[in-house]
Amino acid sequence: MSTTFPDDLQTDADDERGARGARASAPAVEVPPPSAPRTFLPRTREPAGPPPAPRRISGWSRRDALTLAGITVSSLCTTLLLFGRLTPLSGAFGFVLTFFVVFVVSWAVMSSFTENGPAIVDRTMTVLLAAAAVLALFALGSVIVFVFFRAWSAMFSGWFLFVPKPRSNFFTQDLSTTGPLDPLDKGGVFHAIMGTLIQTSLALVFTVPLALTCAVFLNESRSRAAGFVRTIVTAMTALPSIVAGLFIFATWILVLGFERSGLAASISISIMMMPIIIRSADVVLRLVPGSLREAAAALGAPQWRTVWHVVLPTARSGLTTSVILGVARGIGETAPVLLTAGYTATLNVNPFSNAMVSLPLAAFKLVSSPQPNQIARGFGAAAVLMVLVLVLFTIARILGGRPAGRLSKRQVRRRAAQSLVDLERIESRGGRASSTVATAPTEVRS
Amino acid sequence: MATITPQRFDADTDASEPRDLTIRKGPSDRLFDGITSASGLLVLVIMGAVGLFLTLEALQSLEAVGVSFLTETSWEPDRGQFGIASVLLFTVLIALVAVAIALPVSVATALFIAEVAPTWLRSWLISLVDLMAAVPSVVYGLWGLYLMQGQVIGLSRWLNTWFGWLPFFSVDGADPSSPLASATVYTASTFVAGVVVAMMVMPIQCVVMREVFSQVPPGEREGAFALGSTRWGMMRVVTLPFGRGGMIGGTMLGLGRALGETIAVLLIISPRFDINFHILEAGSNSVSALIASRYAESSEFGLSALFAAGLALFAVTLVVNFTASWFVARSRSGASSEA
Repeated sequence: MSTTFPDDLQTDADDERGARGARASAPAVEVPPPSAPRTFLPRTREPAGPPPAPRRISGWSRRDALTLAGITVSSLCTTLLLFGRLTPLSGAFGFVLTFFVVFVVSWAVMSSFTENGPAIVDRTMTVLLAAAAVLALFALGSVIVFVFFRAWSAMFSGWFLFVPKPRSNFFTQDLSTTGPLDPLDKGGVFHAIMGTLIQTSLALVFTVPLALTCAVFLNESRSRAAGFVRTIVTAMTALPSIVAGLFIFATWILVLGFERSGLAASISISIMMMPIIIRSADVVLRLVPGSLREAAAALGAPQWRTVWHVVLPTARSGLTTSVILGVARGIGETAPVLLTAGYTATLNVNPFSNAMVSLPLAAFKLVSSPQPNQIARGFGAAAVLMVLVLVLFTIARILGGRPAGRLSKRQVRRRAAQSLVDLERIESRGGRASSTVATAPTEVRS
Repeated sequence: MATITPQRFDADTDASEPRDLTIRKGPSDRLFDGITSASGLLVLVIMGAVGLFLTLEALQSLEAVGVSFLTETSWEPDRGQFGIASVLLFTVLIALVAVAIALPVSVATALFIAEVAPTWLRSWLISLVDLMAAVPSVVYGLWGLYLMQGQVIGLSRWLNTWFGWLPFFSVDGADPSSPLASATVYTASTFVAGVVVAMMVMPIQCVVMREVFSQVPPGEREGAFALGSTRWGMMRVVTLPFGRGGMIGGTMLGLGRALGETIAVLLIISPRFDINFHILEAGSNSVSALIASRYAESSEFGLSALFAAGLALFAVTLVVNFTASWFVARSRSGASSEA
């Protein structure tokens, strides 16, 4: 026997056409009267006439797009009318808010012409969720655009044809001989750029080996200590950066008696960055398929060889991404540098002595000045910092777009070449090794 | 070489007991174990040392004032009169304002990314939210000080005019009926700082929530659709209950970040030391801003007092973070989630 199901449900809009064809061929089923104890089936009432069109659950139709365009225009007009003529409202904030409310209400009303109860709620909520995402992206965009807009006069002197002419002094000079009242074609933030690069590289040297080894420990160790370390590291990811700075200030400078220096700043940045890198590297390593580890173990590889030749290469792109994201966080830290390295207007490339300023600290100090030129220089430092973060981010995205174990074309070629070398090596060892051994896809090098 | 030797099955062993597996590790693996365990231990020691040294440095001042450190509002360590009450209250208020603003946006954005956005848009949105989390706080501070404050003041005045009867939104010295009233009563307030910190908190919350939402078992999702649910209905009965632990955990992680934010807050607020719940009123404070602004001109005793403030902030953040990871780990989706 067959039963009827309410068939206006669809999990995927793509197979809509197939389902419609199937329904057309299915006749309305009459349930036979029960004779023996059996499952009770509610009698369904088939509506007269053609069956209703299936409800779309996802995707947008042309009608939706036109409705959206229409109500955008109409709510804009309504809001303009409200603000300009009918009520004494004012302000950009209020305008956007009123527009949004009018927009959502008209969207719900328009939906109610074609849909029933739950579907109206669904469509309204979809618009609200999308609006939140748009709001977040708009905020991010406004931050980036605003910083570059304010930094423009400090970084560029004008236009040459259609290319902005950079002020070379801004990128090659420091502020040692430049006063707050000097024009923008004198002085620059070269010292802060160098400071940021030196401090961040030192922090990387301290952090990366320790953080990656610790992430390996969290994944490979079977001891209960690993769980404890993981809890502590997770809790430390939100360690206030000023506390990290205070800690180095207390130990390195007050107790051990070293002077304030770029080195102290980079140690405090390391303490900030380490939990972040450990946590994301831990997540990446956990994604390495267990079958790869087991395959290595089955070939007789000891644990360290499994980790070195299988686990780490498999997770390489993810690990690089986690390190880069950690650097992107560390590079923008101001508070620890303020406490441990201090501010200076001169170039200092020696990380072991004297104050060494970094880009975020320079931005912070320069905008505290009342002089417009200093403020412009501060924004310039912030913009250079933003560029560094954006570059790091683009690299991270290019590298991290690939899931664990998926190789790029170049990597596949390199792997294949390595296999051939292995094959030759094994065959050259004499008759003991047959060619079947050589096909084993491992990377074991002696 | 790690060799696993299964114990021989003998007649005298109890069949109901699992066999013992003995793992004998070679010297190279013992070295590997040693190195990795040492790194784990080192990380643990560093993190423990942070707490330990803060406590040691803070002891001198804490012994001097005792319990009144928690109740005193002013901060004049050289007169022997200082306490965390006012500073900590403002810190918590800023963090609460930030979370209250960021929470709806981050939940909705995470839902949009996990359930609504088409695949091509999803990966872009994920990276952009990650980018938001990586924007340096000094950049958010500049944006808040020079661009956002002007916009937020209008909102503050509107809230004060219409909702001034709520204790939180009242402002001393503000006269909503006067068209010539100065806007300075609304500047540098807890609210403005909270709006800016919300920008930093939002992506952190969103990342955790999206991670959890994306782990909803497809079977439950399809089950809801099969029962005739709309997409929002599915989110309401499947995604949101499934992700509740992650949502609470993510919110608290964001709260932890908001409590510790330094430079953006320092740029925006003008410090005040009293007990005041009027979030729209000019002047605010935070522990980290206090440390950053006072450490340079402090005496040795004053420095110890600042360490005590840092210790209090550290303790509050730790409690918040531990609670967050406890919630995430206890949730159905928590075992493999990022937080």
